[in-house]
Amino acid sequence: MSDDHVYLTLAEEHEDDTRWAYGTGFEDPLHGVDTTVPDGVDRAALAGLCLALGDDALVAAQRLAEWTTRAPELEEEVALANIGLDLLGQARLLYARCGQVDGTGRGEDAYAYFRDPAGFRNVTLAELPNGDFAFSMVRLLVFASWRLAHLQRLTASPDPVLAAVAAKGVKELTYHRQYAAEWVVRLGDGTEESHRRTRAALRQVTPHLGELFTAYDAREEVVAVLRQVTDAAGVPLPAWTPGPGAGRRGVHTEHLAPLLAELQSVARAHPEASW
Amino acid sequence: MVTAPADARRARHIAGRVPDPELPMLTLADLGVLRAVDVGPDGTVVVSLTPTYSGCPAMAEMRAQAAARLRAAGYPRVKVRTVLDPPWTTDWITPEGRRKLAEHGIAPPGPAPRPAPGPVPLVLTATRRAVPCPRCGAADTEETSRFGATSCKALWRCRACREPFEYVKEI
Repeated sequence: MSDDHVYLTLAEEHEDDTRWAYGTGFEDPLHGVDTTVPDGVDRAALAGLCLALGDDALVAAQRLAEWTTRAPELEEEVALANIGLDLLGQARLLYARCGQVDGTGRGEDAYAYFRDPAGFRNVTLAELPNGDFAFSMVRLLVFASWRLAHLQRLTASPDPVLAAVAAKGVKELTYHRQYAAEWVVRLGDGTEESHRRTRAALRQVTPHLGELFTAYDAREEVVAVLRQVTDAAGVPLPAWTPGPGAGRRGVHTEHLAPLLAELQSVARAHPEASW
Repeated sequence: MVTAPADARRARHIAGRVPDPELPMLTLADLGVLRAVDVGPDGTVVVSLTPTYSGCPAMAEMRAQAAARLRAAGYPRVKVRTVLDPPWTTDWITPEGRRKLAEHGIAPPGPAPRPAPGPVPLVLTATRRAVPCPRCGAADTEETSRFGATSCKALWRCRACREPFEYVKEI
């Protein structure tokens, strides 16, 4: 084997397998990780948390992927796809952990492809349609700021796997938030039209903010970040009231079902297939 | 008769020379993802790898390549562990790895930000790093996009020689 032609070498060795293909039946993303659940950890609560955080990431990643071929510029398309890939990676690890902890032994595909909308526990903010670019940036700013604060707290989780996934996620979400924040400032402080659309986007996300802060206490921290951005953008941050999480109870907007129908269609048409 | 430490060194050398699928000028050792290689009393080689990014699609490939090369080198029993903690940082890219990146026209990363206690600060007034052009060495460069062809790279261009280049961003 020669190191000089890496791609050729890899291709020759793998003529007969499908590792380079995309589909179902990936290797366990937690392959080779010590998956012991420490004594004293509430397995049901841990599984529920992994599922909810995994669903947030999967649904947000799918919305980001919808920008592919439709973004205003190639650079933004690459950026949105990269951010989606990070979130998809987080979802895979969280689903794998969920399957180990909830006692079912299910793999990631079972969670992503074979649950119906009512089984999903993502916050409704994640499932809202992309709208225009301003809405997508405002939503990403809120989502990334909130998830960053949430995951940062979970780096202290008694479950070492969740803590490690969270620590990795913090690094990734830091630059997701940076990207979205810079766009919101640019749009809010841009033309009359981009300013108008940014304000409208903030009004549209407001009804979905209440459920973000019910389970843990990071509201002030996240609001401070959002206010920092909206002040720099010259747009008002609308007020909202915390409320019980509809998405976390499996009650979703009408937008989740079509998203999942598209995401799940191939896996359901060809169950157990790998390609 | 090979002593165990020498055996572990040899196994580490073999696993460490596997190329990264996305940055093929770098080996797993250069990239800093090879955390440990141990040889057990029964001859089982345990390779510890850490992923670069959560969504890194190259992990399965790295794992398969490391195991295949070790088996080919006479270690029939190979286990690959994934180490999630502590998370990978670009600070683990070796000086040799940085030299190879620059040689291939990719600007190596600067020091990664150190996590501090408390909320992660958001800085909106851009204090951009000075990234010297890997081709001509000029300091007059600018970022064109923070995201590139792979998770770990940003797109930059040099204002002096006008060439675009990639930059491994700090994480």
